[in-house]
Amino acid sequence: MIETFGLSRDQLLDIEYYLKLTRLLEERLVALFRQAKVIGGLYRSLGQEGESVAAAYALDFKQGDVVQPLIRNMGSILVAGARPADIIRQYMAKGNSPTRGRELNIHFGHPDRDGFIGQISMLGDMIPVMAGITLAGRMQKRNLVGLAFIGDGGSSTGAFWEGFNFATVQRLPLVIIVEHNHYAYSTPTEKQTLANTLADKALGVGAIGETVDGNDVLAVYDATKRAVTRARNGEGVTLLEVKTFRLKGHAEHDNQSYVPREIIDEWSGKDPLDRFEQLLVENGFATEEDFKAIEQRVKREVDAATDEAEQSPMPSSDEVTKGLFAGDGYWS
Amino acid sequence: MSETTYIEAITQAMAEEMARDERVFLIGEDVGAYGGAFKTSAGLIERFGPGRVIDTPISEIAIVGAASGAALMGMRPIAEMQFIDFITCAYDMLVNFAATSRYRVGSACPIVVRGPAGGGVHGGPFHSLNPEAMFMNRPGLKIVAPGTAYDAKGLLKAAIRDDDPVIYIEHKYLYRRIKENLPDDDYIVPIGKANIRRKGKDLTILTWGAMIYVADEAADELQKDGVSAEIIDLRSILPFDEEAILESVAKTNRVVILHEAPLTGGAGAEFAARIAEKAFDYLDAPIKRVAALDVPTPYSPPLEAAALPNKAKLLAAIRELLAY
Repeated sequence: MIETFGLSRDQLLDIEYYLKLTRLLEERLVALFRQAKVIGGLYRSLGQEGESVAAAYALDFKQGDVVQPLIRNMGSILVAGARPADIIRQYMAKGNSPTRGRELNIHFGHPDRDGFIGQISMLGDMIPVMAGITLAGRMQKRNLVGLAFIGDGGSSTGAFWEGFNFATVQRLPLVIIVEHNHYAYSTPTEKQTLANTLADKALGVGAIGETVDGNDVLAVYDATKRAVTRARNGEGVTLLEVKTFRLKGHAEHDNQSYVPREIIDEWSGKDPLDRFEQLLVENGFATEEDFKAIEQRVKREVDAATDEAEQSPMPSSDEVTKGLFAGDGYWS
Repeated sequence: MSETTYIEAITQAMAEEMARDERVFLIGEDVGAYGGAFKTSAGLIERFGPGRVIDTPISEIAIVGAASGAALMGMRPIAEMQFIDFITCAYDMLVNFAATSRYRVGSACPIVVRGPAGGGVHGGPFHSLNPEAMFMNRPGLKIVAPGTAYDAKGLLKAAIRDDDPVIYIEHKYLYRRIKENLPDDDYIVPIGKANIRRKGKDLTILTWGAMIYVADEAADELQKDGVSAEIIDLRSILPFDEEAILESVAKTNRVVILHEAPLTGGAGAEFAARIAEKAFDYLDAPIKRVAALDVPTPYSPPLEAAALPNKAKLLAAIRELLAY
């Protein structure tokens, strides 16, 4: 019998649901993109959904935990409770999207209210911000943990290092996942760093570093859960490298011509959803019937979310100056 | 009433706000045990503990970023830049994260970023900055620059209580050079409100920060010639008190804008444009600007004096203005 790290059958099927939701919601966004209904770019997480979902599943959102995704971690905010209709509205720049048309894709969420906070585009900046969120949590005696995603490219930024170092020195309850998907836009990891592993970056600041197979859902859950437990117990910051692969280009416009075909083929065979489903079947946790039922439910939800988003209005141009400062009541 | 220096006013404002509101904390380099490079936070760690007076690594991005993250969670951080010049290291975090947070996603980010600014103390190129213009074109920020101890205290309290990010520019030349009797009772100076420092009828000197004293000296000199200068101490650079500026110009019909930052692209350019757009009919002469030369602030005293504005440069500009 496989080790499930305390996850019940219901929880395993819950993870399966979020994995499927992430993949099918993204596929729906691709369809909307091709119909020119997505206003900006579309950034896929194909092949990386496993670690986004599994890592967020290790958090306790009732306790006030906060996850901070990057562009390819939509799965993590779905686990935190983000609504698919809101995500589609964001991509479609609708007036009743969470940001009322001001921001793109999954750049939304309030750490306290939603349990997740969207990134800004300057990679690395969210690490100091997550240090501040967890610092506030400690000052407020809330015993919450922060989970921040960064990439192989983003961990080259100065902001990443400053925030990582500060959080480590302060022993803040922060877990940083370095998503090693091998390409930052077109730049391969060997042009980002000569470190043997991205987890080695922890050595320089005195944090704990660990590497895990990012396409093994249970391994990511286990490693994140252990890091979250350490964080909650005041044992400080963990840098967790999850090794995975970006199976699509940087965004939908990018045909990935710079990635050798055989590498894409190799990683396509390591699909985290396929692996997880096979494991559930082999160990008697689920049957093909269970997966079909989950898929039916996800399809219904994605259809309903799409309808809701498509029927939503675009923002009124009258609103353009509102909500910049407190006092005009715009956001209340 | 008690006699208080400009720097003591800042320390008092922080201490009183920390005592009033447990969400307020101070974060920066050497602010704790050492009490700050200029001793601005002297005594705070003893009174409020290391949990609320936080010494950081040399990491301005982390200081402003952590302050911003804590602010989203309902805290009221004061982030100290050891010299305001180092705010440039955190420019990205301020203008991209803190300034845009409310507009982009509806999340309030009430931080105060403060630190010693300005020249005249031979600090050289990296310890003399007047940064206001660098932030004026980034919507979402407020910028204040007190020139008196009264305003230093009242504006810092207002900044800490403000629901949006505020850059608080304190002039280090003034730290221990000026003293005033301050009220014992709690008060604030509202952000966005100018102070008519001296009433006059022949011309307006629009200025802020340490330059208000240069304006005073020039106005005293002009008085001897029977010329009455009005001095506006702007105090808030953003939002700025457009009404006070336009009213004064409508009365005096002549205006010189005086600031310590370099001329080109300085805040004065915006004020001049605003006056030209909205009070052109009242002007009897072109708008004048007196500012630093367009060079980095040099170290050696004769060079620094040549670069910065002073009474002689201001008076020369005013004489031209009066003769027009």
